Amino acid sequence: MNARLIWPQKIVSGDVVKVRLLIQHPMETGYLQDMTGHLIPRNIIQWVSCVYDAQEVLRVETSSGIAANPFFEFYVRATVTGLMVVKWLDDDGQAGEFRQLMSVQD
Amino acid sequence: MSLSFLSRSLKTKPLFSRQRREGLVLGWGLGLGLGLGSFFTLGFMKNASAADAPVEHMMTSGRLRSMQEMLGGIQGTVVNERQLQHAGIKLHLSILADNGNSVPLGVSVDSPMTPEDHVRDIYLLSQRNPVLVMAHLHLGPWNARAELNTRVRLAGTQKVVALARTNTDRWLVDSADIIVTESACVDASN
Repeated sequence: MNARLIWPQKIVSGDVVKVRLLIQHPMETGYLQDMTGHLIPRNIIQWVSCVYDAQEVLRVETSSGIAANPFFEFYVRATVTGLMVVKWLDDDGQAGEFRQLMSVQD
Repeated sequence: MSLSFLSRSLKTKPLFSRQRREGLVLGWGLGLGLGLGSFFTLGFMKNASAADAPVEHMMTSGRLRSMQEMLGGIQGTVVNERQLQHAGIKLHLSILADNGNSVPLGVSVDSPMTPEDHVRDIYLLSQRNPVLVMAHLHLGPWNARAELNTRVRLAGTQKVVALARTNTDRWLVDSADIIVTESACVDASN
């Protein structure tokens, strides 16, 4: 379970911050075959959620249409210093979580 | 089991002893029997596995959906082509993608994103992928900007549609055609 969250270093309260999220996940579609001809079973992230300052700032219901190692770039208004908690769930029932502290000045 | 009748008819002394002859026949018989048996058994066992069903039967892509089909296929939402406004939303997609497995895509909606007027949902629809809705993004005033950049999978040359819904139930739409050189969901090794 690995992910990366990137935002600008200097954030002032009230700023509109561009957040980039990258999750490490194969996003197997279930349509591809391996070398022996067997279908690689489907394993897709079903949803991705990001909570910041007690508010869900991102919720994406994904499908096999999203590329492997899902990448999302979205915007959030910065309020106070707080944890940004990213969670996701895939077809195999594996729940992922990633936390990062967003330091907001003012 | 004796095969000595063969030698008796020829009136010559047999080349191998009876024991050796019988041993050879038994050995060859078992060998061929096991060989052919295992060949057929393994072959049938492989075919019997459900996971080996041909990919063509599972993929329903290839057929281009109509706009009506695409709008009607969104679960939990009823939207008509007549309701759509072709303004205020922009889908950023390059004209050509070398590989459909990872295609950068951007969608931005012109919206003040205030509690009174903001974008609630953004749908990314595919005309040709096996799955119609590539992503469904939930937004709110806390986002300050109704924009998303992501990477999608495209199973072939098609039209991609971005659909946005505001809190006042206005539907905004933008679409873009893209040529995909190497489709996703199809292995080059096939």
